[in-house]
Amino acid sequence: MILRLALGSLKARTLTVGMTVLAIALSVALFLGVEKVRTGAKASFADTISGTDLIVGARSGSVQLLLYSVFRIGNATNNMTWESYQDIAERREVDWIVPISLGDSHRQFRVMGTSAAFFERYKYRSGQSLALQDGAVLADLFDTVIGADVAATLGYQVGDPIVVSHGLASFVEHANQPFQVSGILEKTGTPVDRTVIVSLEAIEAIHVDWQSGAQIPGQNTTADVIRQMELRPEAVTAALVGVKSRLQVFGLQRAINEYGQEPLLAILPGVALQELWQIVGIAETALIAVSAMVVVTALIGMMATIFSSLNERRREMAIFRAMGARPRVILGMLILEAALMAAIGALLGLALLYVALWIAQPLVDSAFGLWLPIEPPSLREVWALLGVVVAGVIVSAAPAFRAYRLSLADGMMVRN
Amino acid sequence: MSDTPPILALRDVTYRWPGAVPFGLGVANFALQPAETVLLLGESGSGKSTLLSLICGTVTAQAGSVSVQGTDFASLSAAGRDRFRAEHIGVIFQQFNLLPFGSVLDNILLPLRFAPDRRARVDDPNATAKRLIESLGLPSNLTTARAGTLSVGQQQRVAAARALIGQPPLIVADEPTSALDAATQATFLDLLFSQSRAHDTALLMVSHDARLASHFDRVVEMSDIAKIERAVA
Repeated sequence: MILRLALGSLKARTLTVGMTVLAIALSVALFLGVEKVRTGAKASFADTISGTDLIVGARSGSVQLLLYSVFRIGNATNNMTWESYQDIAERREVDWIVPISLGDSHRQFRVMGTSAAFFERYKYRSGQSLALQDGAVLADLFDTVIGADVAATLGYQVGDPIVVSHGLASFVEHANQPFQVSGILEKTGTPVDRTVIVSLEAIEAIHVDWQSGAQIPGQNTTADVIRQMELRPEAVTAALVGVKSRLQVFGLQRAINEYGQEPLLAILPGVALQELWQIVGIAETALIAVSAMVVVTALIGMMATIFSSLNERRREMAIFRAMGARPRVILGMLILEAALMAAIGALLGLALLYVALWIAQPLVDSAFGLWLPIEPPSLREVWALLGVVVAGVIVSAAPAFRAYRLSLADGMMVRN
Repeated sequence: MSDTPPILALRDVTYRWPGAVPFGLGVANFALQPAETVLLLGESGSGKSTLLSLICGTVTAQAGSVSVQGTDFASLSAAGRDRFRAEHIGVIFQQFNLLPFGSVLDNILLPLRFAPDRRARVDDPNATAKRLIESLGLPSNLTTARAGTLSVGQQQRVAAARALIGQPPLIVADEPTSALDAATQATFLDLLFSQSRAHDTALLMVSHDARLASHFDRVVEMSDIAKIERAVA
């Protein structure tokens, strides 16, 4: 009955209580949303590369190497020479090696030169392989395989021609060597979706008439001539390496890092990811702190609402007292009320989150390539929700104690 | 002196509000016999509210004794006094008696929530509540209505039903009719009296309205029993 009366009392103040609950709900939705984006981003980063033991590139920072080789974020400061690549490929620890050559673009998408092995060696989301939704992998020199987002955004079909631009965000086009879409990959939720894949030789081919980053004037080699040429790359941007035995990873890593001919860097993707988390950890913490502060603000708003309701509710408290309710009951009722508001707010916030996720999921995926899974709340989220209710109870203790003292002093008579 | 103990007895009571309120009350001797109906007449400021608070045990006297049915409030803890009040005293205010957001039924049953013994005396609370409001001249299907939707006269009757349920030995009413018009006043008092007589309940009503006197066994002037002390500021 007390619970029913407490609910009735809340219902009687629908507007103010509703606003308070809404504020809590929005703050909780924000908090959980930030959490979702954070874990979603982390998971999607961690899912991007799998099954690769080492990433090798020119010496720079390990995070930088990881970012440009796998995530196509930022640029390589240097390439590694083809000789170094082959030296590594010939080492006996190496099971397989896939070259990656970056630097050109098509519209807003990056072009990546690689070998056919890429399609069988590149794994994402704990060991999943790339699959074609249409067409075939690279057969001709001027064939390209495009990611799902590239196809969707630019509306490409198998057989469509593609002109690759030199460099990134550039107006200089490799118009002489048009490519053709030979295959479109299934969506992976990784940067591969936004990549135009060509063969390593093709990267060389389009630069036949180029020197030091500029087109040689007057020189205009046709595609058929290029096909006859021996296209040997001078350098690659990075390489993905798989070892025969996992025990050899560290030995190979040390050997590459101490490679005498050229300063190289080999990284373990997992370790580099951890480093990356450490870097973004501060921003992450700040984000969580800000959204937690929003929740606290909403709860303080609730405290203010309860405080301001006390005066008009002295009559209500006097009735309870006259009926034999101890001041402690009044205290308990106000705390119960706060707990109810916080709980309803938290649940409503959770509901809001799911509605928002349901609406935003495809948008966020297409805009940022970030897949936010819609799944039942994690244990962490359940704890966060419980935390909101507990915090609501703690915050309401102040007005509840004031009510306690008021009802102790007033008794059944309200002296105004 | 009769053999049965008085339902209410105040002896040599002095009380002073704590803090800066310059107001004190002294009651040398005042008693109520079981099933007696007494009208306590007094103007506002005559200490009526303080006296009622003392009788209900929400405040305790600094000296002397206030006892209900032989139990001295001073012998009880604060929680004990609250429980004792719930068990033994039905309270009717001047107005705004009910929790407006609660149903009529919840309002009537509220004191039972804090008084297990009184609750035990009621076999079927819902049926009893219905019977009570019927006997107070209200339709029994009113129990599901929200108390806030009732007229003032209806609310006072519901408050009476709430004071009567579980048959507490004493009902304390603080000007319960002052918010009602003359006709409603008379009906309300008739119903309250017939019900309290039917349950052998003692009734102490405080009012400034001497015209009500004819209904009661006894009329006491506040100024005859209580001495007001006002400190000169």
